[in-house]
Amino acid sequence: MTPAPDRTAEELLKGIWRENPIFVQVLGMCPSLAVTNSAVNAVVMGLATLAVLVASSTLVSLLRRFIPAQVRLSTYIVIIATFVTVADMTLQATLPTVHKQLGAFIALIVVNCLILGRQEAFASKHGVKLAIADAIGMGTGFTLALTILGSLREVLGNGSLFGFPLFGDHYEPWVVMILPPGGFIMLGLILMTFNWWKERKQAATAGGAA
Amino acid sequence: MSDPVAPEAEKEPSSPVLVGTLTFAGLMSGLLIVGAWQLTLPAITAHKAESLKATVFEVVPGAASIQRLAWDGGALVAKEAPATQQGPAEPVVYGAYDQGGKLLGYAVPAEGPGFQDTISLLYGYDPDSKTILGMRVLDSRETPGLGDKIFKDLAFVGAWAGLPTETVPVIVGKGKKTEAHQVEAISGATISSKAVMRIITTSHAEWTPRLPLRADAPAPAPSAAAETP
Repeated sequence: MTPAPDRTAEELLKGIWRENPIFVQVLGMCPSLAVTNSAVNAVVMGLATLAVLVASSTLVSLLRRFIPAQVRLSTYIVIIATFVTVADMTLQATLPTVHKQLGAFIALIVVNCLILGRQEAFASKHGVKLAIADAIGMGTGFTLALTILGSLREVLGNGSLFGFPLFGDHYEPWVVMILPPGGFIMLGLILMTFNWWKERKQAATAGGAA
Repeated sequence: MSDPVAPEAEKEPSSPVLVGTLTFAGLMSGLLIVGAWQLTLPAITAHKAESLKATVFEVVPGAASIQRLAWDGGALVAKEAPATQQGPAEPVVYGAYDQGGKLLGYAVPAEGPGFQDTISLLYGYDPDSKTILGMRVLDSRETPGLGDKIFKDLAFVGAWAGLPTETVPVIVGKGKKTEAHQVEAISGATISSKAVMRIITTSHAEWTPRLPLRADAPAPAPSAAAETP
């Protein structure tokens, strides 16, 4: 089966919206809740995950005919762990302050089920072009979702965005939003909005067809 | 879909093939990591040295200049770090001086096992009043949300400033501090709190006999005086 001309674009776009890893698949919750207490942390975490995902998917897709099925998961993990270690050291060399903020969570990208999931479900079954498109899409979707979560939490919980104060001295920060419970509350609210919007759209299409 | 491979239908690969695949993957992974390590090491070392310097000014309040002091086995000598490190690292402290070049205290780097990985920290020490001047964690991988309070909990970080060491300081439970040499543990992170205390007391026991009083301290090298924060 040859991919349709727009297949690449479709694989790229599905991760950003229709199959967004956080808002739709609800994958990789551990980093999403833990590091999204500020927009900068969220963006860096998202980009690190994106880089690891693209590199791993490329390699897994290239090697998919050489990796025996019996040891595929261990091989994927070795590949992912390698790229995570490289990303960890790169970040430590370029952005030491952010690296310190993110602490153990960069190393924990290894166990982000989103990455292993994409290798098993997509990269190991498709060509390099589609695998890269899928990885970029999913990684971008993940980064966008983390950024939305991180920005909202930082604005509400600290009165700033990317470190710049937004409101005057009169603003009393809603501290709970940058604490762990705030992550759950904000994610819940976003998921609620997302599902409400989706259902309304579905109802509209169903109503239109009837 | 596009690749109709059914693993069950294929012939079972032999064990050597499986072992070989994983060995190869491990080898490649090792090579890549070593390569990245070599590339990033200079930048990481530079950042660490820079943040160490900045931290010295935090653990010895009021310091205007710092000087690296190495222990050569019999005395402290003012000595810059060698450009390339050969052999085991020599024991080092940092002398912190005021505007007039008089010693205010020493900043002592120390490290030891934490709850998960090595905690490295820096503490300021005044040899005349025998008190700790301050403590900052340089590097740690303690549990996010619990153990990482050893540097995020400002009450804990602040508790080290002015801690007397004539009686060996100890960690006590939250709200149980009754004497000056006690530090309250962080609730939920007792092991990490105790680790910080153990690192400091161990290092302190080793360094106290080596650190001369303010008046007898080695003078800063002329170049160090220009090194303001």
